[in-house]
Amino acid sequence: MTTSFRIAIVGSGPAGLSAAARAAQLGLSHVLLEKTDHLSDTIYKYQKGKHVMATPAQLVLRSDMSFEAGKREMVLGTWDQGADALKVNVTRNAEVTAISGAKGDFTLTLKNGETISAENVILAIGTQGNPNLMPCEGAALPHVQYQLDDPGEYVDEHITVIGAGDAGIENALGLAADPEQGNIVTIVNRTADFARAKSANVKLLEEARANGRMNVMPETTPALVEQGWLTLDTRDGQQRIRCDRIIARMGSAAPRAFVEGCGIEFSSPDREAFPRLSPQFESSAPGIYVIGALAGYPLIKHCMNQGHDVVEFINGNAALKPADEPILEAKFKGLPDRRSVDEWLEFLRANVEIFHELSPLQMREFMLDSEVAFYRAGSSIFERNEPGDSLFAIASGSVLVQISPTDPSITVPIGTGSIFGEVGLISGRPRGATIRTAADSILVEVPRMAALKLMATVPAAKRAILRISIERQLLQVFGSGLTSADLVEVIETAEVKNVKAGESIITEGEEGRDIFVIRQGSMVVEKKVGGHPLFLSYVPAGSYVGEMALIDGGPRTATVRAAIKSEVIRIDGDAFARLLAAKPDLLAKAKRDMAGRQQVNDFIEAKKEGFGGAVDMYSSVASFLVDNGIGEATDVLIIDEKLCVGCDNCERACADSHEGLSRLDREAGRTYAHLHVPTSCRHCEHPHCMADCPPNAIHRGPDGEVFIDDTCIGCGNCQRNCPYGVIRMEKVPPPKPSLLNWLFTGRGPGPGEPSRSWTNDRVSPETPKLAVKCDMCSGIEGGPACVRACPTGAAIRVAPEELLNVARLEREL
Amino acid sequence: MASGGISRTKLGEGASHESFLRHRNFRWLKIALTVCLVAILAYAMIDVQPRPNGGSAYGYLLGTIGALLILWLSLLGLRKRAMTSGSWSLKGWTSAHVYLGLSLVVIATLHTGFQLGWNIHTLAYALMMLVIASGVYGIIVYAVLPTQLSDSRAEMTRPQMVEAVAKFDTQLQTAAQPLSHDDAALVRDAFGEDPFRAGLIRRLSGRDARSSTEAALQAMRRRLAVTTGPEAAALDGVVTLLERKSAALERIRRHLRIRALLEVWLYMHVPLTFALIAALAAHIISVFFYW
Repeated sequence: MTTSFRIAIVGSGPAGLSAAARAAQLGLSHVLLEKTDHLSDTIYKYQKGKHVMATPAQLVLRSDMSFEAGKREMVLGTWDQGADALKVNVTRNAEVTAISGAKGDFTLTLKNGETISAENVILAIGTQGNPNLMPCEGAALPHVQYQLDDPGEYVDEHITVIGAGDAGIENALGLAADPEQGNIVTIVNRTADFARAKSANVKLLEEARANGRMNVMPETTPALVEQGWLTLDTRDGQQRIRCDRIIARMGSAAPRAFVEGCGIEFSSPDREAFPRLSPQFESSAPGIYVIGALAGYPLIKHCMNQGHDVVEFINGNAALKPADEPILEAKFKGLPDRRSVDEWLEFLRANVEIFHELSPLQMREFMLDSEVAFYRAGSSIFERNEPGDSLFAIASGSVLVQISPTDPSITVPIGTGSIFGEVGLISGRPRGATIRTAADSILVEVPRMAALKLMATVPAAKRAILRISIERQLLQVFGSGLTSADLVEVIETAEVKNVKAGESIITEGEEGRDIFVIRQGSMVVEKKVGGHPLFLSYVPAGSYVGEMALIDGGPRTATVRAAIKSEVIRIDGDAFARLLAAKPDLLAKAKRDMAGRQQVNDFIEAKKEGFGGAVDMYSSVASFLVDNGIGEATDVLIIDEKLCVGCDNCERACADSHEGLSRLDREAGRTYAHLHVPTSCRHCEHPHCMADCPPNAIHRGPDGEVFIDDTCIGCGNCQRNCPYGVIRMEKVPPPKPSLLNWLFTGRGPGPGEPSRSWTNDRVSPETPKLAVKCDMCSGIEGGPACVRACPTGAAIRVAPEELLNVARLEREL
Repeated sequence: MASGGISRTKLGEGASHESFLRHRNFRWLKIALTVCLVAILAYAMIDVQPRPNGGSAYGYLLGTIGALLILWLSLLGLRKRAMTSGSWSLKGWTSAHVYLGLSLVVIATLHTGFQLGWNIHTLAYALMMLVIASGVYGIIVYAVLPTQLSDSRAEMTRPQMVEAVAKFDTQLQTAAQPLSHDDAALVRDAFGEDPFRAGLIRRLSGRDARSSTEAALQAMRRRLAVTTGPEAAALDGVVTLLERKSAALERIRRHLRIRALLEVWLYMHVPLTFALIAALAAHIISVFFYW
């Protein structure tokens, strides 16, 4: 039996339902085909009682179905009623297995063999049916599930949720909500921040973590699933945890085979790519329209608006503008040339490399979060050392980067289509250079969170940003007058690799010619002497290793392994060899760098026989320091306990140099061979404390210090995130009577941190506690007070690459 | 190798890894030795009649230098507590304090012209030598004891030490349940013993003759020797715990003893300095008064 309709809508989620409602309202002949026996299966499968959010807030809803934030049951009830009231023609239990034909005469084949013919098809099937699978061994075990219906079903289980997107966070919160259930819930996230999730969910997650209801593991990925256990790769190495159930919520991808079977092309071969669409949602197969999550829109409001709009378009309403049009119009108002919103969006998409793969719809959403502005030639975009972490894209014109802090005339141009400010994506460091426009320019400013979201959702944009940042990093590391043109081949072969703590990238004695540039984290170089690994040196981010085998030939002379979880750029040795051959300056630099390392090698070889306790000692001290976080430190306080008399003057000086609170605990911390690493900030390369600071109050200063500014709200996230326990939450004491006053009259608590009771007597109980940590005495003449105030010279501050170098051994032997 | 792009705070002098004695390659030792050498040479070469004394021009010179030095040396206590900005280092000050302080032995002795007697002048000299002697003790313990201090602490902080002892009390509370009323009371008497509350003398001795834990341990050992059956098993458990607690207390006392040894000389050094300054003032006034 065949029935014919003007519009067939596949999928009855928010998008499909809204489209059907519009068709019903307009009196168009339509059919809404739903695979299951109920409407809106994705929302139906939300966990019971889940609060459904209505974001983005600034977007107006334009649909014949009503929708507002509320409980899952309420939302579904409203839609069921709405569908009835509008007399939407729904066919349930109708799974479409194939679509054939062309515009005006499509044939939809259902699973039960029936066919339906329609002039137009709207595909609104979402992506939920095709979840991303666990990328590790054991993913097929029965206790791994990709969905959670009712969190109340599970009691007394160790449950791990993989993926901290909205779905993952909501599942985890649901599982941990009722302490009576006795579930021990862990949520694992690949990155340090939660860019994919709605901010309200992130806030709830932070709360749950603060109350100890949930164990949150950022920068962690699953490594192995076993019955009852889960092995994770964490920032600090592998960890095996109890785990009775895994809820994997790592997003989903379009059911590509089916969609492509309908003749629809995708924007790229990536698993997570979306179909290529016109601004009217029409796919590359004319007459088939794609809306909703399958079009790249996971949010309900977007979906419903698209459902409404697409039916209008099919009905011939070409003048209809999307609901967000006024917002975007306002954004583009300040630009020269009169263009429509669609023209501007296309202009930006076509001109900026990282936007190339975005659909017009994604461009729209993206621009809602971003700003675009016109700058006259010579205007300053930002100044060196200014705080700021947004990413800029050049849609037209070009800019000049002033690379020298002293001479503004030394500049490097960045042209149309490229980006700048990308360092802000990685760290909260202030701007590294002043940037001015070289010509009249149109620039898009993307806030950090929007940029992270872009990278997380559009793989092509991520690759483009990665490629540009790799290129800049290589230029910086190798210098020697290289230009980006020289690096084309090298970058083509380059790949970014994540290295787990302790994993080797180069193994002594093996063959290999590849070069590694350390992008994040740090490495230690070791050499086997008499069967024991001897610590040779420490290599921080921004350095390269592996040139020795390439230049001199022969096997690797030492092992290089990650001190902490790191990221390296692997460059093909042959490509790099060709670059070296073409660039004598680079070769000379590489040889200079190599000479230093060769010297260390020779030194070890020469002294090998005579090495006794001293070398073992040095090597074990170095390992101890790396274990204590020196591997990711940039500047660390160390106390030589052969000199320390325990007077605690360092702590007193610290308190007196700041607001009366000591930022270091001398006694606490580990000691090895009389080297003591007190509890004090290491100013990590990628500070864990910065990861989720709600007011974004933690920055890196010009001297490399990581500091908290006075916008701190006292939430305590940084304290929890710091793996070294160096951040205190304290009430700031009032100013003390002066030193002479104390000396002669005994008034006040004297030098150093006042006792807690002294402070509590003087500040109101409502005074909030604020986060306090070392700022390396930034802005205080003379530098760190702890070092200046040490009477015996026991307290020293060191950069790890200085401390962890076998060359010291030569001096000290 | 690139540095990772992070510049570091300039620390200036005092940041390098060397002790206060070796500070800047013994700068202040060299200065102090030079001063002493010049003073001795001048003493030998200037022929003061009838004999070298503090009242000669050279004597006044040495006396003025000495007095100013003493005043400046005493300012170390202020320097240590006034955490002002600027590129000074307390290590540099300590280094200068040590070597210039030692040079006073030569300067002041030459100033006396070896004329000593039972008067205010010699009192000032004697006080100064006592201050210096206590300082020498300080230098020695600062050089020798920090390593032992570090070892005795075994990575524990003070609150952790207190907690470790308190943990034994909790265990003893349970272990003492089966004991007789009197025995249990004896064990409980030892609860909350705080070695940090000991006075200076007891700290210096590193022992506590009145330790309630030790008393309980001895008593329980005696009881154990004459007890059999299930009560002996309970007593055995209590004795083991008391032994471990006693050992923990012993460790803390050892740590406190080293700390006390590092501090005790200051109880001499500082008050004697005040006495010295008073005597020095009297010495100067009387000299000018009887001029």
